[in-house]
Amino acid sequence: MKLAFFLAFQEVWRNRGRFLLFSLVIALITTLVLFIAALSEGLALANKEYLEKINAQLLVFQKNVDLSAAVSRLSLSKINDIRRVEGVAAVGPIGFSNGVMVFSDGREDLNVSLIGIEAGKPGAPPVIVGKSFVIDRGLQVVIDKNVADRTGVQIGERIVIKTIQGTKEEFYQLEVIGITDKRQYLYQPSIFLPYRTWEQIRPQMTSGLQLVETISNVIAIQVNPDADPTIVADRIRAQVNDVDVANIVTAYKAIPGYQVQQDTLNTQSGFTLLIGVLVIGGFFQIQMLQKVPQIGVLKAIGVSNFIVAAAVVSQIILVTTFGVAIGSLISLGLALGIPSSVPIIFNGSSVLIAVGTLLLIGPLGGLVSVRLAVTVEPLIALGLSS
Amino acid sequence: MKQPIIETSSVTKTYRSAGNSVTAVDSVSFAIYPGEFVALVGPSGSGKTTMLAMLAALLEPSEGEICIDGHLISKLSESERVKFRRQNIGFTFQSNNLLPYLTVLENVELMLRLNGYYGINARQRAINSLVRLGLEDRLHNLPNQLSGGQRQRVAIARSMIHNPSVILADEPTANLDTERAYQVTQLFADLVHENNRAGIMVTHDLRMCKYVDRIIQIEDGKIVADLKTRQEIDALISCA
Repeated sequence: MKLAFFLAFQEVWRNRGRFLLFSLVIALITTLVLFIAALSEGLALANKEYLEKINAQLLVFQKNVDLSAAVSRLSLSKINDIRRVEGVAAVGPIGFSNGVMVFSDGREDLNVSLIGIEAGKPGAPPVIVGKSFVIDRGLQVVIDKNVADRTGVQIGERIVIKTIQGTKEEFYQLEVIGITDKRQYLYQPSIFLPYRTWEQIRPQMTSGLQLVETISNVIAIQVNPDADPTIVADRIRAQVNDVDVANIVTAYKAIPGYQVQQDTLNTQSGFTLLIGVLVIGGFFQIQMLQKVPQIGVLKAIGVSNFIVAAAVVSQIILVTTFGVAIGSLISLGLALGIPSSVPIIFNGSSVLIAVGTLLLIGPLGGLVSVRLAVTVEPLIALGLSS
Repeated sequence: MKQPIIETSSVTKTYRSAGNSVTAVDSVSFAIYPGEFVALVGPSGSGKTTMLAMLAALLEPSEGEICIDGHLISKLSESERVKFRRQNIGFTFQSNNLLPYLTVLENVELMLRLNGYYGINARQRAINSLVRLGLEDRLHNLPNQLSGGQRQRVAIARSMIHNPSVILADEPTANLDTERAYQVTQLFADLVHENNRAGIMVTHDLRMCKYVDRIIQIEDGKIVADLKTRQEIDALISCA
């Protein structure tokens, strides 16, 4: 092995211009793969962050709406039915809609998700600065950290939310009393409102519509610590009419477009890795073809196939590792300069998986050249062949 | 009575493909003794390179036996042959002798590393060998910074550094001008004599036989002449 690594290293070192150039190609592939992984993570999070962090195990939707929160309509009377199901510890209605945060001081307007929740119930986010509202009415809101970061709004500040009521724009002044952690929903930063307040200001088809019965989009459920959420979900389906129940992962995967988006990005990532395998394989194969006479001489003087193969593999690992390291540094540098509005998140585990995969594709791509190296006949050194 | 280092008995090599068979080496027998530098000569296609490949354990004879330094080549497994070449054979080729990414010193040291010798002693041995061949100011040059003659001298140093019992050279002077070719051949002869090895040089250039002790002439795979005296050798050279 010592000799194999010596040969591999000396060849790389004495041809460092060529190998550096190739490492840069690997670095570019690495940057592309890492950015696709970060974009995938960022887009997924921007879609599901609120649901992923929600303090509930199950979400109840209207039946036959394909778990779409936007389509689902549940009357609040369902809450009582669900509460009575064995294993249910707490329930909370959640309403989703959109609005625009408008500013009169020159700050840029911000599209936000308006999320109606009941204080202290499942669905209510933990407040990290300030306090949470304690009643279901009132003109007080909790904003998520994204809103605070992007607008500079602080505790105690009054904000204006614009929604469309019928065909008219209506403006509502609300006081920020708390800030929660980042909880985007459907690519927008979130503002949490008391449920009744949310009902009043959410966009509606007809201005001044009087509701016969309060409705929510979904109902969040906390199950008892000793209860199995799957069994509780089955019970709810059996005992409550016209509802569907999903766990949190199933629920956010059912967000329209979520799975398609993730599949698209994963496919892109897969193709980039495939291109990586072919590029690395092609480079080392061409290089190996040029080295056939040298390898013939090496074998003729008594170098074993094992040493030849180990030298090729060591070289591939060396060059790939160097390229991946440069690519990771480039990605890190670029990430620092990307605006916060771009949904790119370098998550530790996804970066590690991407880097690990990239390190694996080097030897994988180089397998063909290893095979070629092993099959070179020492007779070539004498101008003969078998 | 000295024991031969190389002994072949009725060695035959037949290439077979698609129903055709060509006999490249036909029932060749000879023995080469320590300190003997032999030229294997003959026209192109006469079988001399095939014979060399069999002596280097790169090809297996179709018939007959080759015994080198007490090792019966046909009894060795593939991995034993690799080890045998590494330890017992010193090889110089017509071209592509040196690894282009290793310095002169590293190319020579390669044979020592291959045989498990590392460290200062191995390095000093390689330096001494290169100094002996007049390459002391080229130790850290890469092969592409050397002339053809210098490259062949490095290859000779590499072929001898691990004290092999047999030195094989395949047309070592083919790419050199006459003067350098003579120098290289003389160097080979001197080293074989000094170190008491068996040396075989394949060449088609009879002028290069000036420094050899014996000429084995092959035609159509058979030995047609085995010249052992200076007069016989010089007579053949003068015909060239």
